[in-house]
Amino acid sequence: MSQPFRIADRGHIDRSREIRFTFDGETFIGHLGDTIASALLANGVHLMGRSFKYHRPRGVLGFGSEEPNALVGVDRGHGRFEPNQRTTMVRLTEGLTIQSQNRSPSLRRDVGAINDLLSRFIPAGFYYKTFKWPRSFWATVYEPLIRRTAGLGRAPCLPDPDRYGQRWAHCDTLVVGGDPAGLMAASAAADRGERVILCDEGEGFGGSLLDESGADIGGKPALRWIETTVAHLAQLPRVTLLRRTTAFGAGIGNFVALAERCDDSGKETRERQWFVRAGRLIFATGSIERPMVFANNDRPGIMLASAARSFLNRHGVLVGRHVVIVTEQDSGYRTAFDLRLAGAVVAVVDARATVAGDLVEQAREAGIALISGYIPVDSRGRLRVAALAIAPPDKANAIRWLACDAVLMAGGWTPSIHLHSQSGGKVEWHAPIGAFLPGKARQATTAVGACAGQLDLDACLVMGWQGGGGELADAPRSADRCDVGVSSIPAIVPHERPGKAFVDFQNDVTAKDIRLAIREGFQSVEHIKRYTTNGMATDQGRTSNINALAIAAQALGKTIPEAGLTTFRAPFSPTTFGTMAGFTRGALFDPVRTTPLHDRLIAEGAVFENAGQWKRPRYYAQADETIDEAVLRECATVRRTAGMFDASTLGKIEVVGPDAASFLDFIYTGKPSSLAAGRCRYALMLREDGFILDDGIITRVEAERFHVTTTSAGAVNVLATMEDFRQTELPDMRVWLTSTTEQWAVIVVNGPRARDVLNAVTRDVSLANEDFPHMSMRVGTVAGVAARIFRVSFTGELGYEVNVPARNATLVWDSLRQAGEKFGLGLYGLEASQVLRAEKGYIIVGRETDGTTTPNDVGLGGMVAKSKTDFVGKRSLMREVFVDPERKQLVALLPCDGQSLEEGAQLIDPADPHRSIGHVSSAYVSAELGRPFALAMVQGGRSRLGSRLAVATAAAPRPVELCDPILVDPSGARLHG
Amino acid sequence: MRPQPPPSLTEDIVLLLIPCPYCGPRAEIEFRYGGEAHLERPKPDCNEQTWAAYLHSRHNARGRHAERWRHAHGCGQFFNAVRDTLTDQIEVTYEAGQPSPLREPAS
Amino acid sequence: MHYSALSLFRNALRGHKAWPRQWRAAEPKSSYDVIIVGGGGHGLATAYYLASKYGITNVAVVEKGWIGGGNTGRNTTIIRSNYLFEESANLYNHSLKLWGSLSQELNYNIMFSPRGVMLLAHTLHDVYSAKRHVHANRLTGVDNKWLEPEEAKAFCPPLDITQRARYPILGAALQKSGGTARHDAVAWGYARAASALGVDIIENCQVQAVRREGTGRVAGVETSRGPIAATRIAVAAAGSSSLIMDMADVRMPLESHPLQALVSEPVKPCFPCVVMSNTVHAYVSQSDKGELVIGAGADQYPSYSQTGGVQQLSQAVEAICEMFPMFQRMRMLRSWGGIVDMTPDRSPIISITPVGGLFVNCGWGTGGFKATPGAGDLFAHLVATGTPHPIIAPFALDRFEKGKMIDEAAAAAVAH
Repeated sequence: MSQPFRIADRGHIDRSREIRFTFDGETFIGHLGDTIASALLANGVHLMGRSFKYHRPRGVLGFGSEEPNALVGVDRGHGRFEPNQRTTMVRLTEGLTIQSQNRSPSLRRDVGAINDLLSRFIPAGFYYKTFKWPRSFWATVYEPLIRRTAGLGRAPCLPDPDRYGQRWAHCDTLVVGGDPAGLMAASAAADRGERVILCDEGEGFGGSLLDESGADIGGKPALRWIETTVAHLAQLPRVTLLRRTTAFGAGIGNFVALAERCDDSGKETRERQWFVRAGRLIFATGSIERPMVFANNDRPGIMLASAARSFLNRHGVLVGRHVVIVTEQDSGYRTAFDLRLAGAVVAVVDARATVAGDLVEQAREAGIALISGYIPVDSRGRLRVAALAIAPPDKANAIRWLACDAVLMAGGWTPSIHLHSQSGGKVEWHAPIGAFLPGKARQATTAVGACAGQLDLDACLVMGWQGGGGELADAPRSADRCDVGVSSIPAIVPHERPGKAFVDFQNDVTAKDIRLAIREGFQSVEHIKRYTTNGMATDQGRTSNINALAIAAQALGKTIPEAGLTTFRAPFSPTTFGTMAGFTRGALFDPVRTTPLHDRLIAEGAVFENAGQWKRPRYYAQADETIDEAVLRECATVRRTAGMFDASTLGKIEVVGPDAASFLDFIYTGKPSSLAAGRCRYALMLREDGFILDDGIITRVEAERFHVTTTSAGAVNVLATMEDFRQTELPDMRVWLTSTTEQWAVIVVNGPRARDVLNAVTRDVSLANEDFPHMSMRVGTVAGVAARIFRVSFTGELGYEVNVPARNATLVWDSLRQAGEKFGLGLYGLEASQVLRAEKGYIIVGRETDGTTTPNDVGLGGMVAKSKTDFVGKRSLMREVFVDPERKQLVALLPCDGQSLEEGAQLIDPADPHRSIGHVSSAYVSAELGRPFALAMVQGGRSRLGSRLAVATAAAPRPVELCDPILVDPSGARLHG
Repeated sequence: MRPQPPPSLTEDIVLLLIPCPYCGPRAEIEFRYGGEAHLERPKPDCNEQTWAAYLHSRHNARGRHAERWRHAHGCGQFFNAVRDTLTDQIEVTYEAGQPSPLREPAS
Repeated sequence: MHYSALSLFRNALRGHKAWPRQWRAAEPKSSYDVIIVGGGGHGLATAYYLASKYGITNVAVVEKGWIGGGNTGRNTTIIRSNYLFEESANLYNHSLKLWGSLSQELNYNIMFSPRGVMLLAHTLHDVYSAKRHVHANRLTGVDNKWLEPEEAKAFCPPLDITQRARYPILGAALQKSGGTARHDAVAWGYARAASALGVDIIENCQVQAVRREGTGRVAGVETSRGPIAATRIAVAAAGSSSLIMDMADVRMPLESHPLQALVSEPVKPCFPCVVMSNTVHAYVSQSDKGELVIGAGADQYPSYSQTGGVQQLSQAVEAICEMFPMFQRMRMLRSWGGIVDMTPDRSPIISITPVGGLFVNCGWGTGGFKATPGAGDLFAHLVATGTPHPIIAPFALDRFEKGKMIDEAAAAAVAH
């Protein structure tokens, strides 16, 4: 018979909609509104998993996200597989394939159960005491074995096809938790006209009120009251209702992260992360019932009493037909009454010797057997609980066995104070109710309802209402008290029976483990946690922390607060990686920066490389050239005729003002103030510790206006550094800095025919050598566009860098391209550019320099102006360490065997082959020289010119000859031609 | 009774809200940290110890800490802040060039 | 009691009631030969080697909280020695050698697992940097090898080497002998061994002042549990180093920044090695428990709050999803933060100080765990003999004044 444990006319599921799913290959039927847990329980299935260490058979313990046992793998097909899903949280949808975890070959017969038999040999921390011999066995035998038995589900192995979103929101009041207090808080705040966000982890709002069908609020039955309250909130425009949304972290400035579970079908966004900044935070996060700690308290069918009640009232599912409820306060009775009404045979075992008269009466009337003055001490049953052993607290041997198919534990309530604590609030122990409660808040936060220790319905309503800013007189009230009574300190079973009394169910941590840890000297809460792994499971200790603390306190002879305080970390419950990553995947992982010429470059066959966030052409592919062939061709073209290059990524800064010149004198090593208008100079910028930060060309446009370039990668940093000095060190200087990196496109034409090419499209400027010498700048019109033309060269050939406004870039490019055809103009990319400059011994910051290089190291000591009293880095350059002749210095290398060198290779002196004395910073093949060459930084390099060293390899060292880094046109005749 | 260890500070989700003196409170991701504040840059004729101290020595205070921030994705201005490095609460922000409030006790 | 399979078996038969404390809960004496401030991995290792190798047992380790509760208990457990400069390689190689037999030496399974540490190259600059490391490492005895993308994927199958990524993988540098160890066990193992040799480990004892005598030499400390005298004080306090050194009027070149990490829910073995990436800012391995251990970059501002900005965590998770798209459906189980003390050149300080009798071991920034045994040994040597071992001589405190930095910035661009 299908769904034998489904009760008619109970629960909020849609019985008209049947849904099929499989669990370990077997097909079951459930209904719309079920979770996997409720659907399986309806079908009488309690065995859902095997525990982490001992592989004990386990069933569902709780009702919500704190479920530690019933974790399954959920497969929705097409790469949509997640391990470790709580059956209590997965909505039932058609065709779900569910697999149990951590068992082999099957859930009912698991070879891992041998761990349970051997359990006495593998207590907490046993692995620290063994597996040390033989030494090699750890990595080759023991560890692989441990890793195979560890872990819960299996990792997904296909790329996840689903989409995740991210939103930012600001609100006046964020209410976390839609329990009665939370609904009240949200309503009160909304009525005051505030922007309100209300979120709840569950499928709907109402919290524990969803189980109180009989309660009355403001004259309405509870469920009706929830409906109308939610409907009212939903139609207010300034209210956002978020179901299935977990607030998983809170922090300073009332910044809260939420994870919303949106859609399971794969058609819409799957999950969405919300970042919320709230004026006020209200926590209505409820409380979680505690299990009881007694031998074999973990068998399938042994659950939390409130969970059983929720399965019945929300899903119409009876968890057993012969139920024993173990309790020590009044709340357990509500479960008893509800289950009895649904037709179960119910017994209540109450630890209190004397139970309140009205409860005794009600129990008798309902036909519930009541045994007072007894506690649970053991259980029997292999794949399902079959009997519970009870005894008086003081008479360990006076045991009675009660036959049953479910044991429901009402072990007291633990308020969920995690977010309050995360946002800096203090936490205080309240002995009368045996709980840590929110104390003084550090920020504008309030805790209301059960999470503040208030378990009386009417009081929760008032607390929530007032917490939301409402007046007491306006609050809806409940005549029903729904009093759960005083919750006592967790039941610690005084008898130590043989058999495992579980504290942390998922990690298989027992009471004995905790006592062992304390015996071995692990006495702080954190040590106990780490040694036993208690509280480190996927429920984050929500079902185990307080019980562990109570056991530890008892063993240490302290009170619970003296024993320690559990710390609360984000995430409150585990959060999907994809949700945290949001949109930041693939093309959106990092912004792509392209120049205004990007489309032209693509059309020309550019093969792009990532240079930081920029896409830059590495080379231009023609026919079936290899990259090496292409680069040689491009280099040859530049030196023989002319090449064109997109340098738009260069950083550019417009430095303007009466003090612009003295400002630049302070920032750079040289003396830009000595530049005449229209002149350019290569410039070095140092860090204060004397190392090269960046280089570029400084051009004086007019007396009080400079055009400064930086490396592409350094642009942002250089401007930031300039602003730093301008604003804080030199605030009286009248100078203003503007980034013009994206405003100017830069088209470079280098080569013997460069002048011819440029001339063809340039007006108003004479390009003749005597009118426009090297290292100067003219303003003119190129291809009809106003331009700054710089006669500078990174390749050592006659060169011009045409700066035009970005919006005109393609027009100018096209004109030059066309004009250049008859002069043999070709395109060249970054790789060729780097080869050409290396042939001239020009450094690239970040290659020849690595953050430990001074001007003198790269032969640019002359660029440090001696006449300046101060500039950035000057004081550091005076340090002794920088005049050491054994510092690495820039040289060129010519490999004697005529083969290419590898960048990063180390130089050695063959006489001392194990010590590195330098490294290859750039290595290329020179078209001009027809051979491989390299630039290198070598200790005392300049004093070794002409000598031979060797490059260390995995095989024999390769001899190289050191020479001056300027290999091509050392006199610079081509530049000045 | 042995004194208890100081309670572990809680681990939160943090995104500082930094009150830029020019733009008002903005999220941390708009700013770049600018190092300790009120470091006086010595003249180039100072001795090695003084220069090295300027470059590298830092209070690294656990508690009230005067530091610089730049509103990089905003007004671009440098300004100073006093922040408690134990709680990350920002006590006050003030313009660059103003004296350090650290001489006064926290309000 | 000796730890072994046999003693485990015997104790099992007796219900595990006879296991002794792993380290004595010592009451502080009025004086010691050496006080070590800081009961993390480094401090405890130093105590152990002082007692076992250099014959000084009259030692106290003073820890303000519970041992191993700072960065030792919060790191991502990566062990490697593939640093660029010879000085660094020597320092970390010294540790790597000790890691190999540490479980046996301490009679405590610290679970050292040399499963390989792979640094990915995503840009041409990364390739150059990685190859420079590989070449340099060959000369300094570090087993670092360059891998093409297919080889990298063969070593770590979950890696995505397609062109789909924003920064596709161009190769990787692999140190096969690098790996991980169980961080808590390292602290506890050293504590147990040191305690057995007579070292007093004093928890819940916060140093509040450093006492000096007339000549300026140290004379002892004031603590929350009373004064303790000593003529040698060795500070191994990681993120709190500036505080302690300030008590002796020594200003340090340190800034303490938050560093965050996270673990996923545990899954069956799916990740065979350690993978690190500077360009996409994350590093990942899988613990023996099955959790993916993921580390983020340090926050830009100094803080002792042990939190750190949410964007650092997000960025690390984004990077993981980008490099391993199949992990996108996994879940973050726990996140936490530590306090890392960073030096200007991202290399540590193991040194005498201007104050007589005061020694400091700090500035390990994001990479102290891997150096625990070696630093403990060499720091103990320094405290015992007063002179720095050649391996630590370049890491003196006064190198900053001289400008002799050992700038491993590339190695430290992402935490490890």
